[in-house]
This record gives sequence, structure tokens and C-alpha cells, in this order.
Amino acid sequence: MKLVIYCIFVILFSSNAQAKNLVYCSEGSPSSFNPQIVTDGTSVNATAATIFERLVDFEYGTTKIIPSLAQSWEISKDKLTYTFNLRKGVKFHTTKSFTPTRDFNANDVLFSFDRQRLKDHPFHNISGGKYEYFDGMEMGKIIKDVKVLDPYKVQITLNSPEAPFLANIAMSFMSILSEEYAHKLQMTGKMNDLDNNPVGTGPFIFQSYLKDSVIKFSNNPSYWGKHGNIDKLIFAITPDASVRHQKLKTGECQFVNEPSPADIVEMKKNSKLTVLQDAGLNVGYLAMNVTKKPFDNLLVRQAVNLALNKPSYIEAIYLGNAKIAKNPIPPTIWSYNETIKDYDYNITKAKELLKKAGFANGFEAEMWTLPVARPYNPNGKKMGELMQADLAKVGIKVKLVSFDWPTYLKKASQGEQQMLQMGWTGDNGDPDNFLHTLLGCSAVTSGSNYSKWCDKKFDQLVTEAKNTPDVKKRTALYKEAQKIFKEQAPWVTIAHSVVFKAMSKNIQGYKIDPLGHDIFTLVNVE
Amino acid sequence: MKFILKKFFDLIPTLLGISLICFFLIRLIPGDPVLNLVGERGLDPVKYLEMKKTLGLDLPILEQFWIFLKKVIQGNLGTSIVSNNSVWSEFIERFPATLELGLIALIFSTIIGIPLGIYAALKRNSFFDYFLMSASLIGYSMPIFWWGLILILIFSVKLGLTPVSGRIDLLYEVPTFSGLYLIDTLQKSVLNAEGLKPFFSAVSHLVLPAIALGTIPLAVIARMTRSSMLEVLGEDYIRTAKAKGMSKKRIVYIHALRNALIPIITTLALLFGSIITGAILTETIFAWPGIGKWIVQSISSRDYPVIQGGVLIISFIIIFTNITVDLIYYILNPKMRN
Repeated sequence: MKLVIYCIFVILFSSNAQAKNLVYCSEGSPSSFNPQIVTDGTSVNATAATIFERLVDFEYGTTKIIPSLAQSWEISKDKLTYTFNLRKGVKFHTTKSFTPTRDFNANDVLFSFDRQRLKDHPFHNISGGKYEYFDGMEMGKIIKDVKVLDPYKVQITLNSPEAPFLANIAMSFMSILSEEYAHKLQMTGKMNDLDNNPVGTGPFIFQSYLKDSVIKFSNNPSYWGKHGNIDKLIFAITPDASVRHQKLKTGECQFVNEPSPADIVEMKKNSKLTVLQDAGLNVGYLAMNVTKKPFDNLLVRQAVNLALNKPSYIEAIYLGNAKIAKNPIPPTIWSYNETIKDYDYNITKAKELLKKAGFANGFEAEMWTLPVARPYNPNGKKMGELMQADLAKVGIKVKLVSFDWPTYLKKASQGEQQMLQMGWTGDNGDPDNFLHTLLGCSAVTSGSNYSKWCDKKFDQLVTEAKNTPDVKKRTALYKEAQKIFKEQAPWVTIAHSVVFKAMSKNIQGYKIDPLGHDIFTLVNVE
Repeated sequence: MKFILKKFFDLIPTLLGISLICFFLIRLIPGDPVLNLVGERGLDPVKYLEMKKTLGLDLPILEQFWIFLKKVIQGNLGTSIVSNNSVWSEFIERFPATLELGLIALIFSTIIGIPLGIYAALKRNSFFDYFLMSASLIGYSMPIFWWGLILILIFSVKLGLTPVSGRIDLLYEVPTFSGLYLIDTLQKSVLNAEGLKPFFSAVSHLVLPAIALGTIPLAVIARMTRSSMLEVLGEDYIRTAKAKGMSKKRIVYIHALRNALIPIITTLALLFGSIITGAILTETIFAWPGIGKWIVQSISSRDYPVIQGGVLIISFIIIFTNITVDLIYYILNPKMRN
């Protein structure tokens, strides 16, 4: 017995001495190893952020577009044709099931686009044939054609000008898979393996996956880009947040995903840990339906903005883990307008505006409260009650209403609401993904503009920005659009929830990705 | 023979009842498996209905149940909505982990529980007896998830003796043979590559979850042993043995314990059921990749086929174990046969 205990000690201490390995305590199992068919962060972290790359990528820690598998690109004058010059000498991973005989080339790009785009593609229906992101971002409508000009040149034609196109193809679902590997699997009849035993060009090579337990990656020695010193990257799947915290404390993992807000205080006090935080790529808001009385009146909308005590919501609903939102886009997105002044909490002024609008005695209205917990609004009902109390102070009697989530979304997109709690988590870090998707005139009919607010000047600006590839010009247009938004006050912008990342002190060079993924390419373990 | 047949015929309505309750109960939880899959943005109503149709969730609920039953009778437990794998293959992949943990927890609770119970019976009404009985009451009523976290805090975080969670040190590669790591780590290929290290790593990872899971059975076994021993020790034949001048050791271990063990063995079989249900919590806390964690995950993703199928298999195993014990009891105990 003594011998056994002794042995256990020896092993425990010897195993902790391994260097240059990073154990990442993740929160769940990936649903697939093909980034084209997944949308959840857990699966994206295990695929697009490690194994795969895209034609263009986001610069680490920002939403700026940089070259990746495409070294450069040209956009035609009519803004409809994008020609990508591909990087030469990029090697696909050599794994247990595949040894590549050629470098990455245009056929791989064509394969990766066509699998999602063409319904008759031999791989389209593998793993269920659902391409939620590809369809959700309307890529099928945006892309007219994809052509291989030569082995290192791909031409993509669009149906109409679309400046966010580059941001779209930097998203996880546009990862490039190996056509050679797919072809080999097709010959041997093991087509499902493409989504289970992934082969990519990224900084980490997939080694093994034990269901619900562990995913192992090794460093890609022939990676073309810069990378840190991690030899083995291990995802230890640990669903319980407090256990992840304990494992971080004992050094069994060096990085935890989604630390529980309750543990943050203790983590910050621990001298062995680093805690980083940043505003998440989301916004929680209260939309006022401008087609319904009395919210068609600008003064009423402004009065509601003045009457809500936002700091109290941050404390009570987000437990302090959020930033007050003044713009419809989060501060991590480029073109965020710092100069905008938010409406202050001011009951007297709100009452004055209501009086001017002819509602000296207030009015009655319905508010729909969010039926599901979301990062941008963890407790819709409680927030509704706080808002109800705040609005009662200026004479607005609010009746709280809610439905189950699908009904809520359906009714809201049809515009049945007066006031509605809603939110949005960004997809590609492009301002268009917020401003045009949520506030453009076309979104009134498509449903995602829940204020039904169609302002010609605003719409002109965001539509022009959508059609302008030049980032500087776009920035100016979006900044102007945010000014109009604030004046017209179709929403009360409430909060951007804060994202926390906790890691050991010896992890160097990690940056929070605004899109919410954990990327370890440039991380060093000291 | 009639007895055996009757037991097996009893099995059918029980399993039918379980599948009925399970089938309707999970549909009462708010939430929609399709919406869970589609996420927030893909709420295109046409696509939503299309997906419901492919999963057969658009049919009336009784018809869904009928289809489920027909499939089960044909030996088909269905396919997971989330992973697209068959429920049976997912179960088989995870069951060895639960079996290993359950067996070790049961062994732990038996080899500690029985001696403690005997000792308490012999020292009846002593301080130790009272202490043990109150301690076992606490052990019995302790919530597993809390107890698991306390064990982690003490043994892993403060003392640094055991790992926090997982099944084995993540750096070892263990090829699957039996699925039980205590056996698989002793395969030649593993021994040649790493020696005994992976085996001890598996052992050290088992310690805390086995204690957490074994605590309730331990308390039950200790109490059962004590009361069963006390009963036997009061029997006439024990007094006779004492009067004949037999040594105390011989009386306790040969004459009393053997007879006292019979009800304990039956209890052990019943405890198997509580071990499986306890595994659901233990596995979530210790990130143990077994069926408990699997079912919890399927509940949160509303993976109906997995919940239905998983619960059905577990119930079958528990009922089957109980029937087997009944049979053994029937064979061992001549009184039953009359």
C-alpha cells in the first residue's frame, strides 16, 4: 500500500513537470470537426481556431482583415469581382489517415466553397447537409460564381457589391479543407471521415479525440506563418465551471474557458493567474416600435431613453460584468463612434419631453421581456421589472409580456410589439453586421429591424458603406450613421456584456478575440 | 423455472412504464431540440419545419411514441439528434468508464463499510458506535456535487495529492481494449512505452470520484452490516457457541458474519442502482466521460432519442441486476422455494 501511495506521488509530480504543453479546460465537446457545419464557440475553438485557416483572417485580437491563405486580392471597379492570389508552399497536415502529395492550391478553395454552395456537390449532404452559417450570412445569394484561373488564382464573382464580403470569408465557416483528402476519402467510401478526422493548414494538427474527455493537437512543424512555442495543445473537456477553476488553481490546466462570474473576484486575487477582460461582440437593447403609437413620436423615444437608469441594470442584471452601451455596435468593432454622448438618466428632463409630446399624464404601453438568458441580457424578466419601475416614475405604465422564444422572435419580426427587449451577437466583426442587419430599411421587411425604424439618411449611409470597399471611407460613413441613430433613438442601447479570460501567469501573448474564440497560434508557454 | 419466467414477464410492463414516463416527461421540459440545433439566426420557418419533419417531431406525440416503441422492439434505440450517431454506439463507447468508476466505488464502500459495521456492532452503544452511526447519517444525506467539490478542494487544491478531474493524465495514449483504464493501461504496448506510469495515473484519477460516488453506499452498507450483525449476534446458536467456549474471533467471523452477510449482498445489488444515478452527478463534477455526463448533456441539448434510449438501457441494466440477485437468492435460500 505504501508503495502504491509513493508511486502515485512520483507520478503526480513528474507529470506536472512537462513543459511547452498547454492544457486548455474547455466547457464542452465539439459537435463536429468541420468548421463549415458548426456555429457554436466550443466547436469553432476546436476546429477553425486551431486546425484550419481561411483565405483572409482577422488580425489577432482585432476585427481587421489581413491576408492568410490568400496573399493578396484585387477588387474590380464594379466591386463585383474579387481575385485572390493564393499563398504558395502551404502544406496540408500529415495525419494518421492522410499524407498530402501536393501543396495547398486553388482546387482546395473551390472545393471548400462548392461543398456549401452547390446542392449537387458530392459532399454537400455529408453530415446532414446543414450549413447554418453559410445560409445565415446569405452567402449563396451573395456569391454568383467561383472560378479557378490558375493553380494559385481564384476569382469570385458576386451578384451585387458587398463590402462585408471579405469579413464574411474570414469567418470560421469559410475555412479551407483539403480537396486531395476529400477525393481520397471519396475513393475509399469513407466520406464521413472528412468531418471527423480533420486535415487543415493551420498551426495545430489534430491528433486524437476521446469523446467528452480530451482533444489533442500537436504543433504543425511546417506551418507557414508565425507561431508560438506550444508543442502539444490539449483540450480537457470539463463542463463544470467551478471544477475548471480548481484545475486552473492546481495547474492541471493553464487556461479556462468561460470562467464563472462568481469566481472572477477570487481569480483576480490569485497572484499565479492572469485575468483579462474586454467588451464582448454583442449589444443588449430595448427596441421601440416606431410604427406603433406613441413611439412614432421622437420626443417619447428620447424620454424613455432618459428615464431608464442603465447603471442600476449593469449592477443588478449583469452583476457588474457589462459595459453601458451608447452605440448600437460594441467598442471592439472598428468605426465605433467615441464622440457620441449618451442620454443621461434624468427624470425631470424625461417628464418635460413627455409633456411636450402631449403626454403630461403619461400613457400605458406593453413591454416584451426576453424569455431566454443571453450574454447580452441574462435575465429579461428581472430587467423588465426594473424598467417598469423606472418608467412608472415618469408616468409610463408598463405591462410586461413574454412568449416562448420561437413565438417571441416570430411575433417581433412581424412588428406586433410596442417595446421589446432584444440583443445581438456579432458574426464577423463588421459594423454592417450590426448597423445594416439590425437597423437598415431592408431589415424592416426581413424582420430583424425590430424598431421598424426606416430612416432614409441612416439607410443611405449604411447602404453606401456596404458598397464601398475602402475601410477609411466606410468608417466615416458608419460614424455618421451612429450619430443619426442616437438622435432618432429607435432603441435604448443597454449593455455590452464583458468577456473574461483566466489563465496561468506563464501564458504569454494571449489576446482576447473580439469574435469570442480562443486562439493560441501566437501564445508562448514560459 | 416458473419463478424465472414470471420475473421476466414482469420485466416487460416495467420497461414499458419506464419508456412511457421517460418519453412524455422529457417532452414536458420547455425547450425544443430543433431550435437548440438551429440557433438564433437560422430561424427560417420553412427550414425549421423541414428539420422537425426529418426528425419526426412534427407528428402527433402518440404517433411518435408508437414509432419509438416499434423501433425499440426491433432493437433500434434511435439516432442522436446532436451527433447523428446511433444511441447504442454512443452508449457502448461511454459505458466502460461508468462501469469502472461504479465497480471501484462499490468495492471501496464494501471493504470499508463492512468492517466498520461489524466493529460498531461489536462495540454496541460505545462512543465509536454513536460516532459511526451519526457519521454515516451525514454521509448518506450529503449532496454528491457538494461533497465532490469539497474533496477536490481538500485533496487536490490544498494538499495537492490527487488530480482535480479527468480519467488519466492527458499526455498518455491508451489504446482501447476493454475500455477499463485499469486494465487497458497494463497492455503490453502501453507498458513498453511508458511503464506503469499510466496505470498509476489512472488509479490516482479514480480516487476522488470513487470516494464521492462510494460515500452513500458506504453509509448504507455500514448501517446494514451493523444492524444485521446485531440481529445475528442475538441468536440462540451464537449463545450456544459462546457457552461451548468457542473463541470470539471464530464466533464473529465464521458463525455470525456469514449469516449476517446475506441481506447485505441483496443490498449491494440494490445499491448498484443508486451508484448509476449517483454517477450522473459525480461524472459531471469530475469530468468523467461516462454515461452520466452523456445523459446530462443530452438533457441540456434536448436530445430526445439519447435521453429516451439512455434511460431505457440504464433501467434495463438495473432491473436485470435485481432479477439476477433474486435468482441467486432463490437458489441459495431453500425457504424461498416453498
